[in-house]
Amino acid sequence: MNRPVAPATGGGRIRTPLPFPTAARPAVADRQLRANLHRATRTIRDKRARVVDEVPDWEALRDAGSAIKADVQRRLPELLEQFEASATAAGATVHWARDAAEACRIVVDLTRAAGADEVVKVKSMATQEIELNEALEAAGIAAYETDLAELIVQLGEDTPSHILVPAIHYNRAQIREIFQRRMPDAPADLTDEPSALAEAARVHLRRRFLSARVAVSGANFAIADTGTLVVVESEGNGRMCLTLPETLISVVGVEKLLPTFGDLEVFLQLLPRSSTGERMNPYTSMWTGVTPGDGPRSVHVVLVDNGRSAVLADPVGRPALSCIRCSACLNVCPVYERAGGHAYGSVYPGPIGAILSPQLTGVADNASLPYASTLCGACYDVCPVKIDIPEILVHLRQQAPHPPVERAAMRVLSWVMRSPRRWAAALRLMRVGAAPLGAYRERRTGARTLRRLPWPMSGWTRSRDLPLPAPQTFRDWWGKQ
Amino acid sequence: MRIALFITCVNDLAYPATGIAVTRILRRLGHTVDFPTAQTCCGQMHANTGYRAEALPMVRGYVEVFDEYDAVVAPSGSCTAMIREQYPRLHPPATSVAARTYELSELLVDVLGVTDVGAEFAETVTYHPTCHGLRMLRLGDRPLSLLRQVRKINLVELGDAEECCGFGGTFALKNPDVSTAMLTDKCARVRETGARVLAAADNSCLAHIGGGLDRHRSGVRAVHYAEILAETGAGS
Repeated sequence: MNRPVAPATGGGRIRTPLPFPTAARPAVADRQLRANLHRATRTIRDKRARVVDEVPDWEALRDAGSAIKADVQRRLPELLEQFEASATAAGATVHWARDAAEACRIVVDLTRAAGADEVVKVKSMATQEIELNEALEAAGIAAYETDLAELIVQLGEDTPSHILVPAIHYNRAQIREIFQRRMPDAPADLTDEPSALAEAARVHLRRRFLSARVAVSGANFAIADTGTLVVVESEGNGRMCLTLPETLISVVGVEKLLPTFGDLEVFLQLLPRSSTGERMNPYTSMWTGVTPGDGPRSVHVVLVDNGRSAVLADPVGRPALSCIRCSACLNVCPVYERAGGHAYGSVYPGPIGAILSPQLTGVADNASLPYASTLCGACYDVCPVKIDIPEILVHLRQQAPHPPVERAAMRVLSWVMRSPRRWAAALRLMRVGAAPLGAYRERRTGARTLRRLPWPMSGWTRSRDLPLPAPQTFRDWWGKQ
Repeated sequence: MRIALFITCVNDLAYPATGIAVTRILRRLGHTVDFPTAQTCCGQMHANTGYRAEALPMVRGYVEVFDEYDAVVAPSGSCTAMIREQYPRLHPPATSVAARTYELSELLVDVLGVTDVGAEFAETVTYHPTCHGLRMLRLGDRPLSLLRQVRKINLVELGDAEECCGFGGTFALKNPDVSTAMLTDKCARVRETGARVLAAADNSCLAHIGGGLDRHRSGVRAVHYAEILAETGAGS
């Protein structure tokens, strides 16, 4: 099949409907949500730190992971064709999708061709990205999420707020409430004990696994030299979907390629420790096309671009495609912890979302996301494939459309600061101009600070005092010596 | 060795005491410090907000002013990180002087080889490692190793010390709600220590945390650690 040329920008759930600062406001004000996120992110963060610390060659593993991904990005077209050839030879059918809409269409058509009106789903970011559940529903096909957290989110008619833990914004009392309201076969005396909740979900899902004829998954890795797909999970529900139904359709972003089977050695060490904080994840499923007498008889792979070619074309932003969706950056991010995942308006929240979503859509469509970071660098330190997220954030800020008032102010300031003479004059002017006010504030309050200022400084003074220029600048002091 | 002081724009205007402290410490250790008055700003705010083109004249200006010195010292982890990490990429001729630009604790500990600068400061102090000093410059233990040698100081540990205070330059203005939520938590951790003084390597972060502490009348004073190192207990 000829590989079509991909459009420059992607579609699906990767755009912020509201600017990040506005979208974050309700989350910041929601004390229950803040408490849920605080507890959950700290727990995973600490677990990760413990299991990473015990690996003596962790930094070498990160370097290896980063290098393999960089190699993949350098020769992606070649590797994709190799994957297509290997997977096809093993009995799979490979489909190419330029964007979200095309990928959804392919999955809908394949499901219909299999004569099914329902699918069971393995937890997958790619299918969330392309809004597959919505497309299936519109085509009269029911999609059942089988990952526990995805099930909670789906039953609650909500959207995921975390890559690894999509229901991280709920506590267990809230989950019990959702189950009782939305899960017809939930026991009447359901408690909020984690084991009781898991058991209710297990009973609910078991029926789905046994009846479904089509399963839809993503893939953590796609191996070019063998045509193998790999899914890494914790619950075993994915394994059920991958083995029981007759037809298996896997939606895979083109960046998920690894050159050889041996490369898994690096990533199967990096991923579990970075994501769930486990030394090894409980279930690793691998399949290569069709195996007669075992597992699905019809195996399809939908390779999705959806903006990735455009990311690949930018050498500075490109490492965002190295992401293995571990969520370590979300769990250490102080901004994510306060704003929650929904504020990012995309299936990819947190620091990785702030660099990935704007690149997939074009920066103009997600202009607030590159600014949704203090550039504190905690994300870069934990990234298992060493994506320099702060550097890419700053890079994307150069492309973001700038507010006209801000642009004018920045230009004036730059014009002043590029000249020692003008800067010295400006310092003098600010010192002299602020002197009466500073003296007045000092007499009144004992400190040379302001408590209330008009926009744009109101953003500062709503929660902090602002220091006024000192009675003498440093250069005044130096000059007097 | 010819040492120049890069005061940084914020310190020149609002925190001259920090520059005076750096000058006193280095003179006390027997070094001469020069302050070339043609210096302006490192350009970090422009570059990090998305205005690299507007930052470039400042980068070139920095090279012109400081290239002749053996070492440049800046009392700011963040400005030093801008110079060392971003300058070589933005303007390759800046590579050499960028490598000779040090945050104060790097100059004292690594270049001059001292941790005891002869200071005395009778206060309970907690130290916040600011993000760019911590994760870009990897200052590590350097500032604390200097503070530990101060006579009569009572250093207490800050909870969640490595977490950002929520300043982030223009982040505080663009994302006031999230920034304030982070600040509130940082201020709570500072107050839990019982310290009367909060020290750090960046006056911009200190303006943020200190501004929050002042707003709540906490009575905790935010000071650059250079000002503690400059104290000799003799009313200097």
